[in-house]
Amino acid sequence: MRSRTKLIILFVIALILIGLFLLTDLSFNWDYVLPRRTMKILAIILTGCAIAFSTVVFQTITNNRILTPSIIGLDSLYLLIQTFIIFAFGSAHMTLMNQHVNFIISVILMVIFALLLYHFLFKREGQNIYFLLLIGIIFGTFFNSLAEFMQVLIDPNEFQVVQDRMFASFNNVNTDLFNISLILMVLAALYFLRFAKYLDVMALGKDHAINLGVNYDSVVKQMLVVVAIMISVATVLVGPITFLGLLVANVAYQFLKTYRHRDLILGAMLISVIALVGGQFIVERVFTFTTTISVIINFIGGVYFIYLLLRESRA
Amino acid sequence: MIKIKNLTKKFGEKPVVKDVSVHIQKGKITSFIGPNGAGKSTLLSAVSRLIKHDIGEIFIEDKEIKKWKNNDLSKKIAILRQSNFLNVRLTVRELISFGRFPYSQGRLTEEDWQHVEEAIEFMDLHDLQDSFLDELSGGQRQRAFIAMVIAQDTEYILLDEPLNNLDMKHAVQIMKILRRLVDELGKTVIIVLHDINFASFYSDYIVALKDGKIIKQGPTDEIIDQVNLKEIYDMDIPIRTIDQCKVCVYFA
Repeated sequence: MRSRTKLIILFVIALILIGLFLLTDLSFNWDYVLPRRTMKILAIILTGCAIAFSTVVFQTITNNRILTPSIIGLDSLYLLIQTFIIFAFGSAHMTLMNQHVNFIISVILMVIFALLLYHFLFKREGQNIYFLLLIGIIFGTFFNSLAEFMQVLIDPNEFQVVQDRMFASFNNVNTDLFNISLILMVLAALYFLRFAKYLDVMALGKDHAINLGVNYDSVVKQMLVVVAIMISVATVLVGPITFLGLLVANVAYQFLKTYRHRDLILGAMLISVIALVGGQFIVERVFTFTTTISVIINFIGGVYFIYLLLRESRA
Repeated sequence: MIKIKNLTKKFGEKPVVKDVSVHIQKGKITSFIGPNGAGKSTLLSAVSRLIKHDIGEIFIEDKEIKKWKNNDLSKKIAILRQSNFLNVRLTVRELISFGRFPYSQGRLTEEDWQHVEEAIEFMDLHDLQDSFLDELSGGQRQRAFIAMVIAQDTEYILLDEPLNNLDMKHAVQIMKILRRLVDELGKTVIIVLHDINFASFYSDYIVALKDGKIIKQGPTDEIIDQVNLKEIYDMDIPIRTIDQCKVCVYFA
């Protein structure tokens, strides 16, 4: 099967799932239900694509297929920011505080953190990407511990508000925030386009990429900035869902069996949409909100990885 | 011509290449030899801009390496490092087509494919072209990577220990190919070698490094000499001439 055929199959599955999600159980008040479901679907597509895209790009840059961008600690930083706001000002303030302000502060802080990390590390020669990751892991753990420390101290009622932010949710996506996110992501994607041709070559590794004329350090740095923006926006919009990236990127590699990033990225995006829409469908209609989408996806993902491991070890 | 002037490269505080100056002639095979840690690979990496040097200048066709645009340089000079582990699964043909990236930026034209075909032909990879790299033996894989470098169609070809882990047959095969690259296609080959007999048999010019400095350089015939080798390797290496070729007997 050629990549194009496979992509078309994925696209059709995604369309069917979206259709199912939008149109089943409509009952009579569809003019109330449909716009809400549409908003949810749009948020799912946007974040799903952003996560899939940034994970594939990140894995190509780092030349490692088991990493996700969350490893540099962006998820943890997001939780820390949210916890800190509640810790310092209380949840009442948070609901009072304009959602836009929260959104913008969080995105800016996360992108600045990522930029500082890259800038600080890339300025010194000989520091490779693994050092960056190591520092990222340490910062991530640090942010987590700090957030946990504050969570222990705050009022249990306030903690519930924090806990609510700890899990990804597509149930209350703000339309205005969605529009801002969409614009930011489209801009990032447009900026990225001119580097797109380098991805295939960079998958060969640093030496080959330089040999073939890629301005390696500069391209890596700019791609990482795009990845950081996408991840930050997606996380702030719906909560930490980068766990999804690892799964969809690897399913895309396995399913498409190609090295071409144009196909890989498209495939990963479609798989991501399928996983999220399908997962959300199960959460809402089968489990009637008794579980979260993270649980479903982690469960299916875990089973899939065990299957992969078993198959590889037999071969 | 490649001119290296007073090149110094430090890793941390430790200088690995110290004040090296050398001219590499066109249309010849130049071998870098010397003991482990002499700085041969570092020198090669600096010339091919894989690592940045600290002090000194490298001129490629009378233009300093930092003034070259990356993409233009990749049409002039190609490097193949020792370890060629890939994270992606490619067929031989796909790998070779990557050699055309500097010209086509990934969208290969008719002419690009022509070059790919020629490289396949030259390296005798016709039967293997649709095999995946991870299904090949070390020697076949090395040939595929060299084919990619040939498809890149550069004047200068730099190879860092291309004979590593190859048996005698494949090592000889690779060296003969390099000789053909120079004699038939007029390329300039710079190569890091450990086995001085391969250097003696196949290279035109030898540069010997020790402790980051060049201690000898000259035509192969002059360098392969018991006194010189003693100085380079701290070993007494008797030399025998067999069929007008100098063989170094370093086993005892």
